[in-house]
Amino acid sequence: MTDTLTLGNRQFTSRLLTGTGKFASNDLIGPMLAASGSEIITVALRRVDLQAPPRDNILTHIPEHVTLLPNTSGARTAKEAVRIAHIAREAGCGDFIKIEVITDMQYLLPDNHETLKAAETLAKEDFIVLPYVMPDITISRQLYDAGAAAVMPLGSPIGSNRGLEMKSMIQRIIDTSRLPVIVDAGIGRPSQAAEAMEMGADAVLVNTAIATAQDPVQAGKAFSLAVTAGRMAYQAGMAGRSSQARASSPLTGFLQE
Amino acid sequence: MSFSTLASDWQCFDFAAGFHSVHPNEIRDVLDRAGSQIPLDTRDLLTLLSPSAQDFLEPMAQIARNLTCQHFGRTISLYAPMYISDFCCNHCTYCGFNARTRFPRTRLTLEQIDREARAIADTGIRHILILTGEAPDKTPLSYLEDTCRIMTRYFSSIALEIFPMTETDYRVLKQAGADSLTVYQEVYDPAIYKTVHPKGPKSDYTFRLLTPERGAAAGFRAVNIGPLFGLGDPASEAFMAGLHARYLEQAFPHVEISLSLPRMTQAGGAIAPRHLLSDRQFVQTLLAWRLFMPRLGITLSTRESAAFRDRLVPLGVTRYSAGSKTDVGGYAVHPTQNTVQFEVTDTRSVDEVADMIRHSGYQPVFKDWEIF
Repeated sequence: MTDTLTLGNRQFTSRLLTGTGKFASNDLIGPMLAASGSEIITVALRRVDLQAPPRDNILTHIPEHVTLLPNTSGARTAKEAVRIAHIAREAGCGDFIKIEVITDMQYLLPDNHETLKAAETLAKEDFIVLPYVMPDITISRQLYDAGAAAVMPLGSPIGSNRGLEMKSMIQRIIDTSRLPVIVDAGIGRPSQAAEAMEMGADAVLVNTAIATAQDPVQAGKAFSLAVTAGRMAYQAGMAGRSSQARASSPLTGFLQE
Repeated sequence: MSFSTLASDWQCFDFAAGFHSVHPNEIRDVLDRAGSQIPLDTRDLLTLLSPSAQDFLEPMAQIARNLTCQHFGRTISLYAPMYISDFCCNHCTYCGFNARTRFPRTRLTLEQIDREARAIADTGIRHILILTGEAPDKTPLSYLEDTCRIMTRYFSSIALEIFPMTETDYRVLKQAGADSLTVYQEVYDPAIYKTVHPKGPKSDYTFRLLTPERGAAAGFRAVNIGPLFGLGDPASEAFMAGLHARYLEQAFPHVEISLSLPRMTQAGGAIAPRHLLSDRQFVQTLLAWRLFMPRLGITLSTRESAAFRDRLVPLGVTRYSAGSKTDVGGYAVHPTQNTVQFEVTDTRSVDEVADMIRHSGYQPVFKDWEIF
């Protein structure tokens, strides 16, 4: 049986989502996608020049088989996020939308309350909604009720490369969520991506660490391998994943004797 | 608490003694922490701006490049300024727009503004900065509103560098399409401020000091501040500007804060700079600000030479102006080269600046914002 990631009505074989920001040149995006096998790439709609003729339209660098995930970066309220989603759809960017409602410019932390409101509206309009949130099991459940397609908790602040600072909260979401869990933001090294996958995350989104590497194409490949390895380890049921201690020789076994 | 309270606390500080007391070991300690992404405090900023830190510019630059790359990627945003009026009722002793300077003044009509906007947009620029002198009778709120509305047809981000206004008036301009505010304190030292602003509305130090806060409260998404280097002691002015930026970042977490490093050149009919900022001090200031605030926007104008700007790409700057004309109507209405405000020393076209950025291994970004 093929191990696929299902988001909305779509299935994907790659569990590595990538981004278009921060590259030294947009010409690197195509080769990075090819090397990483990533099938979903996010793009900030505010950076797309929809006026004709585009000087260097990011969208022209994304091959057709890769699913575009427009994001609402720049939105400060649910209302703005919804408006950006509408424009993305009208511009032919498809039905996927990553909701980013950020009200803290220092650490780029999301506003869960406004994000939930936007998710409720957009899911009703048949968008495939992927919301970027602070790791919180309540919001994760509410997003399921709202009709979101996944939950995207942050590992650590965007661009920080600090890895899974929110590890225990993310584990709790993985353990309880009925939605696919995509760890987004803060993953700076392939080993951290593998760690998230070993924990049972369904996918990870990596942008900064790939885009700002000396060789983004090679970095994309490295992350792809790490995600695959982490997924395999999770499926293999590696020892030590459980949060409950389980001694190899039971200490109270004698009671059964 | 407004920044006014914090600023007056620091105005009692003996900066000369503070800077000279910095020991090289303290600088090494600050660099260790900055390199490990441990947040720096105001004492660390003072350390990095001290004369002793000038011996550490290379390690500071290495850390600054890494931090900037991590937070902004290998990208530089581009913008262009548009001067719409040079009428002014202020008496800034260092400025060519000074009310006492005699020259034929111009205020663009709305039709001329449209022509200028079209000419700038044709170069690919999508972020515009609108500038005026301070003359509310010549450039009233309604005129600025109309200007913003015209700009929304051509640009995806509209910044204002006009005279300080009330929060209510800023809300009106935000409604008309403006999204960012630039306002320079010029000089944080109140005694010097008083000397160089003898008359006119700008002589009110505190009203100007609190302008960025009024703009942030009015809902602008970005606020850009800075001192005009040349008026006060460069290191203490850089320190106060950094303190101001951090205050704003903490008081208004939803607002993007950026700093600029305008430095004085000789403007027609104005005084000569009292404290020249050398290239070394310029770079030191840029690096110190970057290490102090890794997510800070840093803006660089065409006041600086092409050769100098080329070298600054990897050091922490996030935004360059390009193809700038600093006279009223300079793009399409009255295309000339000279101005009394300040000389443009990097006279390259937008395409040439974009090529330079690409050759430096960075992506020139024409559009990274839009109000939807």
